[in-house]
Amino acid sequence: MEAKNSADVIVIGAGIIGCAISYYLRKRGKSVIVLEGSDNIGNGGSSRNGGGVRQSGRDPRELPLAMYGIKNLWPGLSEELGVNCEYHKEGNLRLGKTPEHLKILQGLTDRAVACGLDVKMIDAAEVKKINPHLSDEVIGASWCPTDGHANPLVTTLAFYKKAREMGVRFITGEKVERLRKVKGRLREVYTKGNVYEGEYVVVAAGYESRDILATVGVDVPMHKELVECLVTEAEPHMFNQMLGTAEADFYGHQSDHGSFVFGGMSGLELNNKNTGPKNSPSNAAITAPCICRGIMKYFPALEDAKIVRTWAGYLDICQDGVPVLGFVDEVPGLVVACAFSGHGFGIGPAVGEQMAMLICEGKTSVDISGLQYGRFKAKI
Amino acid sequence: MNTVVDRSKDIGEFVPQPDDDMLICRCEEITKGEIRKAVHDGMWTLTEIRRYLRTGMGLCQGQTCSRLVKGIVARELGVSPAELEPATSRSPMRPVEMKVFGSEA
Repeated sequence: MEAKNSADVIVIGAGIIGCAISYYLRKRGKSVIVLEGSDNIGNGGSSRNGGGVRQSGRDPRELPLAMYGIKNLWPGLSEELGVNCEYHKEGNLRLGKTPEHLKILQGLTDRAVACGLDVKMIDAAEVKKINPHLSDEVIGASWCPTDGHANPLVTTLAFYKKAREMGVRFITGEKVERLRKVKGRLREVYTKGNVYEGEYVVVAAGYESRDILATVGVDVPMHKELVECLVTEAEPHMFNQMLGTAEADFYGHQSDHGSFVFGGMSGLELNNKNTGPKNSPSNAAITAPCICRGIMKYFPALEDAKIVRTWAGYLDICQDGVPVLGFVDEVPGLVVACAFSGHGFGIGPAVGEQMAMLICEGKTSVDISGLQYGRFKAKI
Repeated sequence: MNTVVDRSKDIGEFVPQPDDDMLICRCEEITKGEIRKAVHDGMWTLTEIRRYLRTGMGLCQGQTCSRLVKGIVARELGVSPAELEPATSRSPMRPVEMKVFGSEA
C-alpha cells in the first residue's frame, strides 16, 4: 500500500469533470485522491448550469466528445451510478422568430450536419407539433432529436458517491497552492498544510486551474463570465425538450420535479458591479427580470409561474471557446481538463472516461486533437 | 469556512431508526431516513444534502426545515450543528410570478 498522501493519480477539482475522471480511473483499477478547494463537492459550474446535454450548436472540435457521450455513456448512467440523474434524450429546439434568427440557426445546423450530427431546420408547424406551448411568433427552429437534459446537481454528486464507494479518497476544503516537478516530471501537489504525490496530476479546477497551472509555467488563456439561472415552482408537466433560442435569450427545460430551470444573461455582465463577496458569483438585480422577459416572449403561458430561486455561476471561457484537454508536452505527468466555456456538463461523462483512458493507455478513442494546450499561438 | 475534511473518514454504518419515515422537508416531502442515508452516501454538507435531495428547495426555500435538517446531519456525522455552514439563501424572498418579476429593473 502507498503512503498516506500518495496515489496513482491526484485530481484537483471535484466538479463533474474531476468526479467523472476519478470514477472512470477507479473503474480501471487506479488509486485516486481528489482535492477540492471549497467545502462542497460540485460547487462551481457543475451545480450552477442549466442541465443541457447537447450536441447541436457545439464547435466541431468538441462535437465528437458530445456525440460519443450521448451515444455511449448518458443512456446507462443512472443505472451505472445508482442514482437517478433525470436524463432525458428527447431533443433540443433552438428557436427563431425572425429571418435573421433562421440564418443563425441555418449556419449552426450546416456546421453540425457536416460533422455527421442528425440535426435539421424545421418550420413553424413542425415546431408547434413538437411543442404546442410555444408562442405563435416562433417561425422556425433547429431540431436535434438526440439532444436532451439531465439534473446537473445530482449527476455530479452521483459520480462522487459512486467513486467514493469504490475507494476514491475525496478531500474538501483542501485548496491547492502549487504543483512541483521532480526530475522533470510533475509529481507533487502542495496545499497549505499537506503535500500529495502521484504518477499523474489532473487539473480540473475550472477557472481556478489557471493559477494552479501557472506554478509549472502553463497558462491557459481564459476568463470568467457570470451567468445566472432561475427556477420556478413545480408546474404541471408541459414538455421534455431542451430549449434555446437563436440569440441565446435564455435556455432551459422542465425538470422531472415539475419546475422550469432557465438560464441567461443581461448582456452587461462584463461590467456589472459585483454586489456580492469577492470572487463569489452573485446575482445582479437586472438579470433575472431580463431572463423572465425572454421566456415570456416565447412561452406566454408561463407568465403566472412563480420564480422561487435564482443563482449565479461563473463560466471558464477559453480564448477560442472550446476546452483544453489532455497531456501538455512541456510538463510530463500533467493532464489538463479545464476552460470548458459553459459546455462541461453535457460532455462531462465523456471527458471523464476519455481522460481516464488517456492516463491508463496513453491515448483516447475519441478525437480530441483540436482541444490540446499546444494550440495557442500568437497570430503572427 | 474551509476546513480540510477527508470524506473517507469512517462515520459508521447506516442504522435504521423507528422514525425514519417522518417528513422533515414538507415542501419536497423528504424524510428523516432519506436525509440520514444521504449522509452515508457522502453528502456531508447542508449544500450537498440540498442539491442531492432537494430539501429546502421548495416553496418555503428551507425556512421551515433547514434547522431540522442541520440537526439530523450533525448527529449523523457526530459533530456540533454549529460546525455546519447553512446553505446559501437565494432571492427572491417569496415566490414571485414571472410577469411581476419581469417588470423589475
